[in-house]
Amino acid sequence: MLPLKIALRFLASNKGQTILIIIGIAIGVSVQVFVGSLIGSLQKNIIDRTIGNSAHITIASATDYPLMFEWQDIVDEIVVLEGIQSVSVAADSAAFIDYAGNTAPVLFRGLDLEPAEGIYGLSEAIYEGSLPDQHWQVAVGKELREELGLRLDDTFSVVTSNASRYDVTVAGFYDLGIASVNSAWVISSLETAQDIFAFEDAVTSIEIQVEDVFEADTIALTIEHTLSNRGIEVTNWEDQNGELLSGLQAQSISSYMIQTFVLVSVVIAIASILAIKVVQKSRQLGILKAMGITDWAASQIFLLEGFFLGLGGAIIGVGIGLLLLLGFSFGSRNPDGSDLLTLYLDFRFIALSGVVAVLAATMAAVLPARKSSRLSPIEVIRNA
Amino acid sequence: MPEVISLKDVTKVYDLGTLKTQVLFDINLAFEQGSFNSIIGQSGSGKSTLMNIIGTLDRPTSGQVTISGKRTDGMSKNELATLRNRTIGFVFQFHYLLPEFTALENVMMPYWIRDGGRSHQTQDRAEQLLDLVGLSKVKNNLATQMSGGQQQRTAIARALCNDPRIILADEPTGNLDSESSEIVYKLFRQINEQMGTTFLIVTHNRKIAEQTDRIVEIRDGRIFTDVRR
Repeated sequence: MLPLKIALRFLASNKGQTILIIIGIAIGVSVQVFVGSLIGSLQKNIIDRTIGNSAHITIASATDYPLMFEWQDIVDEIVVLEGIQSVSVAADSAAFIDYAGNTAPVLFRGLDLEPAEGIYGLSEAIYEGSLPDQHWQVAVGKELREELGLRLDDTFSVVTSNASRYDVTVAGFYDLGIASVNSAWVISSLETAQDIFAFEDAVTSIEIQVEDVFEADTIALTIEHTLSNRGIEVTNWEDQNGELLSGLQAQSISSYMIQTFVLVSVVIAIASILAIKVVQKSRQLGILKAMGITDWAASQIFLLEGFFLGLGGAIIGVGIGLLLLLGFSFGSRNPDGSDLLTLYLDFRFIALSGVVAVLAATMAAVLPARKSSRLSPIEVIRNA
Repeated sequence: MPEVISLKDVTKVYDLGTLKTQVLFDINLAFEQGSFNSIIGQSGSGKSTLMNIIGTLDRPTSGQVTISGKRTDGMSKNELATLRNRTIGFVFQFHYLLPEFTALENVMMPYWIRDGGRSHQTQDRAEQLLDLVGLSKVKNNLATQMSGGQQQRTAIARALCNDPRIILADEPTGNLDSESSEIVYKLFRQINEQMGTTFLIVTHNRKIAEQTDRIVEIRDGRIFTDVRR
């Protein structure tokens, strides 16, 4: 294929210029990959921290009476809905605990421990002992443990609002990473909590994880619709974190803007350099046309040049971008050595940045290619 | 011999908005297959315009141009490109080799344009042509690594690549010393005699023109004299 041959020769014959353009594109692509991945990771981190320890959607009683007895029906109706990852139930109540004369207000949470694992990641959060697997066993958070000076297998009393008193045993200690949770939650099995608070078979909330966290509001609406007239209230994390979400959205927009402007400046740079190249090579183009090369073949030369410049720039740029991200992950640590930010590499985004750069470079070559197509051989011969 | 080039009532007007300049007036001219001709004239006489019209690089304002039996006025740009590629070899004053390619590759270029591929036959033929113009030794040199005379001889070999019926040479020796000019003319004659290629040499040098079999003189856009010897 002759245009390909000529394009490659033109690129090879002007090595300095070629390398310069490729470096230019590479810098643009690396900025895209770096900024895009960094902001993407940052958002993921923020979202993980926000909803890492809470349900995406919560169903509770809409009235002052908190108990839901027909929860099994509700669960059965919800689990078949699209986009639902897991459903678990909880029997929660405020209570006091009394340990050797020290009292503390707590939120006593009876969880359906197996499905709740998907929400809270409790088994990973247990750093000493184990999850409560027997009746009258509880798990206590790190801060509460320190406050009260609890040890494994200690027994303390739970005092309910109507002054009933039950003794429970500490099976393990957890750390969910949030001090307010660690100092407030006492976690037991569902049955233990139901017995202590005389809920019988009832629960106080149904907690749902969805597959796509940003679909939570839509799915919440569907649930509300499905369960209308049951006296329940559906809340979702997106409604409860409106400000955070609009902050994230603003961040996304600024990230897209940076990426767009980088792309635009790369395109303009390539287009102007290739336009100069058409002038530089006009003698060659003129004689090629006199010898019978078609206008389309003449324009292909520059489209191919744009394509190869884009390809080279994209490959090198993605490489540099990944190196920058690697450097960032080594260079930025908390004082205790843990990562300041967990980097998530979205390879689809990175591949897309590369592909967009190749397309943009080829598009940038369209005007020069048209110029090459329109060039008349007599102009060149006459202006010798 | 049949006519390979024929011009009928060809005029050319350059329209520069308010200013219209007519550079060719009703040219009627024909050249036979295998003839060896020159077109002479002062600069500004219209001879280069005439040359570009014969070479289908430019279109006449009115009139007909027939190349190798094909009328060109109805042809598209791509059809004209194909016609040039198959029928006409160009040799210009400033040779216009592609400096990114070797002498051999430059010679094969018209074939590549025609076919796109590379075959041993073409390479053999290109090497024979370079041998004919006496450049076998420098065939793998880039154009920039050759002397002016060598470059012009490479351009002649290139013009012959697709075995064209016509060679148009526009001031082919204008940039060469007298020794190189002599070599180039001998080559033209040799090719004309051996291959029967029609030659049309545009020059302002009467001494060179006198070596050809027919001299057409253009003055002020008209045929002033047409001498056959």
